[in-house]
Amino acid sequence: MADPMRIRAQAAGDKATVRVLMSHEMESGQRKDAAGKTVPAWFIQEVTATLNGKPVLSAEWGPGVSKNPFLQFVVKGAKAGDKVAVTWKDNKGDTRTDEATVS
Amino acid sequence: MKRTLTTVLAALSLACSWPSLAQKTASQGIDEYRAMLQDGNPADLFEAKGEGLWTQKRGPKNASLEKCDLGKGPGVYKGAFVELPKYFADTGKVQDLESRLLTCMDTLQGLNVTEIAKTGFGKGEQINMTALATFIAAESKGMKFNLSQAHPSEKTFYEVGKRLFFQRGGPHDFACASCHAEDGKRIRLQDLPNLTKNPGDGVGFAAWPAYRVSNGQMWGMQQRLNDCYRQQRFPYPGFASDATIALGVYLGVNSQGSASIAPAIKR
Amino acid sequence: MKKINFKPRLTLALVLASVFVLGCAGAPSVADLNLLTQQIVKASFRDEGIVKTSALLNTDETNRVCSQADVDGKPLDEKTAKAIEAVNLQAVKWPSDGKFLGDWKEGEKIAQNGRGLTFTDDDKTVVGGNCYNCHQLDKKEISFGTIGPSLYNYGKIRGVTNPSSPEVKLIVEYTWGKVWNAKAYNACSNMPRVGHNGILSEAQVRHLVGLLLDPKSPVNQ
Repeated sequence: MADPMRIRAQAAGDKATVRVLMSHEMESGQRKDAAGKTVPAWFIQEVTATLNGKPVLSAEWGPGVSKNPFLQFVVKGAKAGDKVAVTWKDNKGDTRTDEATVS
Repeated sequence: MKRTLTTVLAALSLACSWPSLAQKTASQGIDEYRAMLQDGNPADLFEAKGEGLWTQKRGPKNASLEKCDLGKGPGVYKGAFVELPKYFADTGKVQDLESRLLTCMDTLQGLNVTEIAKTGFGKGEQINMTALATFIAAESKGMKFNLSQAHPSEKTFYEVGKRLFFQRGGPHDFACASCHAEDGKRIRLQDLPNLTKNPGDGVGFAAWPAYRVSNGQMWGMQQRLNDCYRQQRFPYPGFASDATIALGVYLGVNSQGSASIAPAIKR
Repeated sequence: MKKINFKPRLTLALVLASVFVLGCAGAPSVADLNLLTQQIVKASFRDEGIVKTSALLNTDETNRVCSQADVDGKPLDEKTAKAIEAVNLQAVKWPSDGKFLGDWKEGEKIAQNGRGLTFTDDDKTVVGGNCYNCHQLDKKEISFGTIGPSLYNYGKIRGVTNPSSPEVKLIVEYTWGKVWNAKAYNACSNMPRVGHNGILSEAQVRHLVGLLLDPKSPVNQ
């Protein structure tokens, strides 16, 4: 089971800024190891976020995104106490969902 | 990761070969890249892992690290990082953070610390060691370094650390001082802090543990010193060996009063 | 053979204790501290890969004298400095075939290469000169260090239009000597002794001299 994400969500007025740090190797599939063998591609392909259960963001990622990716977005209509959930799915079929409360 | 850095460098060299466009120096370009990195430091992931390990019951003694004394009393971690290395009466030695974590993993949890000290960075228990060091450092973020020089052993280790800092050796005659004893120098495009004196807030000793974007690795001070010695073409410094601790005393006392930004983020 | 870190600690504690007994007025003497440092070095470092601890423990007089001067914060006195320079100059190996300049294109590769001789390298690693780490050379290369002076236009500034002409013989020799053994001209120079310490071969040094002095070299454009 992959390491947890770190999610911080801060409300300011009627918007909240959500910052997410994901723990993932994000191998592009282009890199070669010390022995000269290509390291197989292993990266997050889909990211979705919900606010109180309602989808507010969906993203498709490719191999160009770096290791331990950082994602930041602003969501309207969020207030303190609301629940933000972020989910990622990678090309191996692995997935992870973490939740945070808007402060 | 590597590809992002390559893209940025490619963009930089393009900028430099078109003089008609508004020209940025290479240093300015790199400073901008650094500023972009500040938000979303993956060190947070290691800090969270370390926090979990602090309270987790582990080892043959099935105990957590919550009674570990990092110099301010059992279990106190706030402010402990900026007072290390220091002398510990229970071991009779001057110890840095990673050395002290080994002591606690040994006495509290019964883990095989000789094996852990021999394990390479980024493998096995060393991954946990780095996470713990990141967590403890984070609990002193922003605080000023205040190492004690009250105990005779602390004073002695400062003097030993100073001698180590200036000790030339290996095929290149390198010492730490070859790169770190003058103001305003750089190696390739990497600025070098003068570590014979206080280099300012968040610089040098005050910037480790840090997450290195170029290789996606979290490095504690032990790994930073180890890699410096590797680049100096020196033999391998033992993990948490007295040489590394004495150097830490020299660097830490020199940076007295500067603020720690650990865990930091680096290119 | 790998050393276990914790065993020598007991010996060190005893050494520390004896140091304090000797210096009973309080602080250990400078000699005590120097001795303790050496013992800590012996106990802390181990062989790894192609690097042996003997490289550190058997360092030469030049390094010992210069390290001590740095610790003391005082430059060497004139007499000692000249003596160190003389010893190093004596040890310079001049080109065996009398050819001082090699191929500047190869020299540029050697100058760019910062690899080799670390404990993660092996015997197959091509060892480089590390030059751009500290110096500017070809103006096109923006990634250069400032630990050493800029070498841009090195030959041009010194008026070397024909490296074989007798007028510039001394400059050509100095350049070879400096690259081979920097301490022959500046006792406590920060610059590695790339020929003397076997970092680079005679052929590689020859290419570097070419990079610096060949009027066609990018360094002199």
